[in-house]
Amino acid sequence: MIRELHEKLINREITSAHLTQQYFDAIEKKDGEIGAYLTLTKELAFAQAKLVDEKIARGEAIDLLEGIPFAVKDNICVDGIRTTAASKILDNYVAPYDATVIRKLKEKGAIILGKTNMDQFAMGSSTESSAYQKTKNPVDTERVPGGSSGGSVAAVAAGEAVWSLGTDTGGSIRQPAAFCGVVGLKPTYGRVSRSGAIAMASSLDQIGPIANSVEDAAIILSAISGEDILDATSAQSSDKKFEDYLTGDISGKVIGVPKEYVESLEGEIKNVFEKSLEKFKALGAKIETISLPHSSYALPVYYILMTSEVSSNLAKFDGIKYGLRADDTKKLLETYLDTRKIGFGEEVKRRIMLGTYALSAGYYDAYYLKAQKVRALIRKDFEQAFEKVDFVYSPTTPEVAFKFGEKTEDPLKMYLSDIYTITANLAGVPAISFPIGSVDTEGKALPVGGQLMGKWFDEEGMLNAAHSFEKAK
Amino acid sequence: MLTREEILNIASLARVGLSEKEIEKYGHDLSEILDYFKKLDELDVSDVEPIGHITGMQNVFRADKSEDFGDLGKKSIMEIAPETKDGYFKVKSVL
Repeated sequence: MIRELHEKLINREITSAHLTQQYFDAIEKKDGEIGAYLTLTKELAFAQAKLVDEKIARGEAIDLLEGIPFAVKDNICVDGIRTTAASKILDNYVAPYDATVIRKLKEKGAIILGKTNMDQFAMGSSTESSAYQKTKNPVDTERVPGGSSGGSVAAVAAGEAVWSLGTDTGGSIRQPAAFCGVVGLKPTYGRVSRSGAIAMASSLDQIGPIANSVEDAAIILSAISGEDILDATSAQSSDKKFEDYLTGDISGKVIGVPKEYVESLEGEIKNVFEKSLEKFKALGAKIETISLPHSSYALPVYYILMTSEVSSNLAKFDGIKYGLRADDTKKLLETYLDTRKIGFGEEVKRRIMLGTYALSAGYYDAYYLKAQKVRALIRKDFEQAFEKVDFVYSPTTPEVAFKFGEKTEDPLKMYLSDIYTITANLAGVPAISFPIGSVDTEGKALPVGGQLMGKWFDEEGMLNAAHSFEKAK
Repeated sequence: MLTREEILNIASLARVGLSEKEIEKYGHDLSEILDYFKKLDELDVSDVEPIGHITGMQNVFRADKSEDFGDLGKKSIMEIAPETKDGYFKVKSVL
């Protein structure tokens, strides 16, 4: 879709300003129902579009993303724009700088439409923990869009943005992409700088694109990746154009299907998944059953590490330097306690408390240290698997999009939504969710996502496999 | 099951104020999730090195110098603070 719009721009069939207006019109028309956006950035968008149109009028070359409108998850800072992470504690926060990914995209002339709804501080799998609004799944508005990047994904699925940025700590890009029938990519840990993204769990967080096609995701990854002095964990990697690796040929590639993931699959999702395996075979790939023996430990490991890192990362929201401050407190300690009591939502407080407990004196060895050791075993599972196969493949989620309120009362049940996605974050490997079919439920064709995980820093191979699948009809 | 005192202690360490209702709710939720964490006890990891950095990066250096945000940067940082005085953040009394 990005390439087509780019062609139209350079052939002067449309202007960037016109295209941008079309998307604001779509938002105007649909977003009352969908609820994808928290803040619109019209002034910024049209100012950016004007520059692009002037450049085209002068006959200058433009970048693939230039002049094309996109949306930003509200935990990524855009200079001068309200950035809330969908929490009341940041209700009045105006970011004083651009995240590195935003700086890069602004330099490329990509047009920012606005900031999207999400689970509060990216903690959730349905976008229901936002302090502001519900976001509905554009495919079936009685169902959640998934989360935590629910607004970013719904915006793309509803045609309210060409593409968007999300963040993924345990599946927050891929699970909603699967639920809404679009493409979502979590890059290798370190591939994309997180500077300016509001941190949740720093050993797991990655920023990534949500798009209508695998090629679009590749184009966006090329623009946002690279080493950054502002994120010491960002990896040295050469400037690759990932879109140049999409040959559509995967003959001879070996796709491993972990038996631990698929043995419990049931019903229609199982059929859709098995059909997708046939399609990969028809493309010349070999399918092999593999084992990731420590899979069943991934969820407890994830919840120990993530909540521990959350408790540390969210200590900075204290009502002193920015954000909400509780009124009428007399002592500093009261300021902290009351600000955090009224500013944080239920799930945020639950995770801060769990992490605080796991890191507290006497428990560190039993929880955090142990989890980091089991994490080493999980990584080893992947190292061994990748000696035999090129990619690991499974459904993105064990079920299709669920209804509002179905899982909000039981935190453990909600956590299980991430069962297939969290291992990629724990192992640090890249992973992509792309549509592989649908399941008819109550008169709606609910999308099913397939997830490919690749070797560390082999986004190009993984993207090509997903692209090949997408192109073969 | 975590006791009321344990929940209050965790909340105090986390600097989170809780309502009566929340003390009860989190007591229940945290106990259930901590039980779930016990699954890791099935594994013997005494010989396993814990993960430090997942792709094995080490020692990323940069010059130890501060960067000036300029007057505009300072202004936009101070503008979003809840309370300031003479160019400083203002807080309530510590004691």
